[in-house]
Amino acid sequence: MKRLLKGGRVVDPANGIDGVHDVLIEDDRIVRVGRDLPVDGATVVEIPSGLVVCPGLIDMHVHLREPGQEHKETVATGVASAVAGGFTAVACMPNTTPVNDNANVTLLILAKAAEAKLAHVYPIGAVSKGSKGELLADIAELKQAGCVAITDDGHPVATALLMRRALEYAGMFGMPVIEHCEDPSLKGDGVAHEGFHASSLGLRGIPGAAEALGVERGVLLSELTGSAFHVAHMSARASLRAVRKGKEAGVRVTCEVAPHHFTLTDEALGSPIPYDTNTKMNPPLREAADRDAMLAGIVDGSVDVIATDHAPHHYDEKKVEFDRAPFGIVGLETAVPLSLDRLLHSGLIRLPRLVELLSTNPARILRVPGGSLSPGSPADLTILAPDLKVRIRASQLRSRSKNTPFDGWELRGGVAATIVHGRTVYVNPEMGSGVI
Amino acid sequence: MSTTSQELDQKQAVTALRRKDLLGIAELSPGEIELVLDTAEAMKEVGTRPIKKVPALRGKTVVNLFFEPSTRTRTSFEIAEKRLSADTLSIAIGTSSVVKGETLADTALNLEAMSPDMIVLRHASSGACHFLSRVCRSAIINAGDGMHEHPTQALLDAFTIRERKKRLAGLKVAIVGDLLHSRVLRSNIHLLTKLGADVWVCGPPTLIPTDIRRFGVTATSNVEEAVRDADVIMLLRIQLERMEGAYFPSLREYFRVFGMTEERMHLAKPDVMIMHPGPMNRGVEIASEVADGPYSVILDQVANGVAVRMAVLYLLAGGVEHEEAA
Repeated sequence: MKRLLKGGRVVDPANGIDGVHDVLIEDDRIVRVGRDLPVDGATVVEIPSGLVVCPGLIDMHVHLREPGQEHKETVATGVASAVAGGFTAVACMPNTTPVNDNANVTLLILAKAAEAKLAHVYPIGAVSKGSKGELLADIAELKQAGCVAITDDGHPVATALLMRRALEYAGMFGMPVIEHCEDPSLKGDGVAHEGFHASSLGLRGIPGAAEALGVERGVLLSELTGSAFHVAHMSARASLRAVRKGKEAGVRVTCEVAPHHFTLTDEALGSPIPYDTNTKMNPPLREAADRDAMLAGIVDGSVDVIATDHAPHHYDEKKVEFDRAPFGIVGLETAVPLSLDRLLHSGLIRLPRLVELLSTNPARILRVPGGSLSPGSPADLTILAPDLKVRIRASQLRSRSKNTPFDGWELRGGVAATIVHGRTVYVNPEMGSGVI
Repeated sequence: MSTTSQELDQKQAVTALRRKDLLGIAELSPGEIELVLDTAEAMKEVGTRPIKKVPALRGKTVVNLFFEPSTRTRTSFEIAEKRLSADTLSIAIGTSSVVKGETLADTALNLEAMSPDMIVLRHASSGACHFLSRVCRSAIINAGDGMHEHPTQALLDAFTIRERKKRLAGLKVAIVGDLLHSRVLRSNIHLLTKLGADVWVCGPPTLIPTDIRRFGVTATSNVEEAVRDADVIMLLRIQLERMEGAYFPSLREYFRVFGMTEERMHLAKPDVMIMHPGPMNRGVEIASEVADGPYSVILDQVANGVAVRMAVLYLLAGGVEHEEAA
């Protein structure tokens, strides 16, 4: 079956395309992109003006919680949330119960994803058995089962030696090591960014230096081993400095920033809702200078990826005293509106750069299909509605958990539709019927 | 800091605490603070009568919910409540029962099902009172939440200072000790800066909260500089377990560098007041000669605590307004 998407603005930075083009799809593949393509028996889908067709967005940092924490999220609810947020693929972290440190867990996740048939799911395996930081996990087995990277996310890799070995060993398979960068002793029992607001609210602080130490360690070891090192959820300006320095020296380091870290600051701890546990995440919301540095890195190209760190938690778990609440917020369904509103409409970056951050670069770093509209690529497409007025409603999220600090926010820009392997898996009900 | 005419107008206008809860000093206006202090003067007189009881809170139920051990504060609240004729109930919950599984919200909602009017809460987590205020209809009074605030302590400190010095504006107040972990510090900083005092805070750099200067105080690790010409010296408790966090090497060394000795005290004004919120570690943050000496008002603070807490309970229950409406 052929479909011809006609008349939309197509943005595909991997192929240098930004303009009104047609996209021809046959079954689950892209046939070609070009101006005024002949219909030639294809079903024509008129893309309303103002909408943008781009390669499917890829979120390389989500927690799907299955197996073991299904009260927070399942693979099925997670991918439903993903496609509603415009993501055609997600990479899921191994800190499930049990930890994804062997093929059985990986295959279970993939089976659940195949059953759900919405977004692609790329499991990320553990660096160490049980993520305990002692013995390496069976990384070849994980790779063979379908893992695309390794990490002990939630915690940093315990020692510099283990990180070195992980980089060397995973490098053999071309897999990047993704690191939750943090010096545990410096983080201590901190629950919020160490700064004026934590001081004022009496919350134990986590300095930006705790993260930057982890970044510095990773960059040095990446240089030592020649293997690819990826900084997860970067939040501190000193971390960005270390990444830039590494890149200038030719080290294979990449990094991601979460929408909450380029949108919010630690001021949100006290206002509008004091001690709102939906402002508690790790790394924490940092001070304005850090937030501004993340924006600068997004603008100048030092930041490679926007990833959500989608971290669902049940409301019982969040409805407690601030220091008892778990870290993390959901992010899949708020990432596109926040990115369009805060990055595009603020004038900081243009659409091709945004697509690079949300699609091209994550595909390149994880070496997964997608990230471009090249002929023969999977027909994974996101149709953005950059001018759509969006009101975030926590209760309406498709994720099983509703832990977002953005409830009630009005933002400019959203998702019109999501196409995975040629199937339209999501159409925004706000767009009216017949979008695609 | 000087009091602006606008603030003065505001002060004159304030005759009631138009708020459900007392969560901290941060939320209070200078006028509201002065209202509490003025009301406490009247309440103090009640404590001097042969029959120390007024009917202001008759028929009101107050629950003292203490998740941390406390003798002074809990006793002070209980006496204040009884002098106002409230029906009171004190519950001390050790951390062990928290481990058994009931959440703070559930504990509070179960209590609330029995229709108390006020809950006085002491809890080890910063923000626990803000949290409960969103869960409960009852008035929440913060009796100390983690490292955040201890508003009635700051109010009784201010009352004690004002009683002696007749004012707060322009006084140099030096606060010395473990600043980082102290809720008393945070409440006092808010209160004293709002009422125009010149606040100096002093301790080892390891125990000074980040960006504390943004509160409008002067921070130093030089204790002599902090106490020089001070009108008030307030010592904060040094907890013995802080040595484990490598905040300082030993209690002996702490005393050597920061301990309030008579010699250091004499750098302050001749009529200096020595204050401590208790419990004291004699020979650590304060020498016994200073604690027991003529400048010490430490026991006055305790005595005034009852009057100040009576004022807070009374005003939150509706004060004059409430009686008129009834």
